[in-house]
Amino acid sequence: MREKWKRNDIWLFLAIVLAALFLFLWQRAAFSVKGAVAVVSRDGETIGSYPLDGEERIVFTGSGGERNVLTIRDGEAYMEEADCPDRLCVKQGPVGKNGESIICLPHKLAVQIISEQTGEADILVK
Amino acid sequence: MKNKTAYMGLFLSFALILSYVESLIPFYFGVPGVKLGLANLAVLLVLYRYGWKEALALNLARVFLSGFLFGNLFMVIYSLAGAAGSFLVMCFLKKTRGFSIMGVSMAGGVCHNIGQVLVAYFVTKTAGIVFYLPVLLAAGLLTGLLIGLLAREVIKYIGKESVEEL
Repeated sequence: MREKWKRNDIWLFLAIVLAALFLFLWQRAAFSVKGAVAVVSRDGETIGSYPLDGEERIVFTGSGGERNVLTIRDGEAYMEEADCPDRLCVKQGPVGKNGESIICLPHKLAVQIISEQTGEADILVK
Repeated sequence: MKNKTAYMGLFLSFALILSYVESLIPFYFGVPGVKLGLANLAVLLVLYRYGWKEALALNLARVFLSGFLFGNLFMVIYSLAGAAGSFLVMCFLKKTRGFSIMGVSMAGGVCHNIGQVLVAYFVTKTAGIVFYLPVLLAAGLLTGLLIGLLAREVIKYIGKESVEEL
């Protein structure tokens, strides 16, 4: 006998879809502002910030020799190179909106786009 | 019951094969942490066939073995967080008896992804990681649903220990 669907399954499904949709719309609103500065941090500590209106190629080398290359061009920042195993940060592509981020988890490196006016991202979850 | 050890071994190797298959698939949705969660199929089967203790043992063994076989210590910690969250919720939902195996699996998939986002947040201390949450929720729901449907079909045949096994 194959197990049948139960009413609670449907509620669970709908609740998660709604939660995802709500988060998505909320983020669309929060992330629609163009960012001004890319702030790079490793292990939670800021190691540099770079204005997005420039054109720059910055190499980050960690204590273990791990390497990330961040490129800033046309108001956007993207990870050009990384020697981490998954290279998800490279595949992610460019970010430029206020609050967006690139995260290289294996290297604990994070790039966060912030707006100049506030000096920090509009969304901060603490 | 004398064959239970052998069956548990079988389930463990099944889980490891699924992990291996999963590591071969270049499955990328533009968001880190989105995975099929194939190995959860083995966990679900053991959870329904034996119980939470056996499933917990399988889960731990699977995370450590596959982590060190196909990844590194970092991946072990990362997937342990996902596995822990999803396992707790799956056990709880199964206990309530209000959910089918599909519901249990969907909740598991979603919690797995939430657990991983939490780890990512604590590792990078970057709030921007919530950017991934909607996609991860939806992805966890769909992969969980898929695994749950698969488990439902498999359980028809190996859901309970049959007479010749005892």
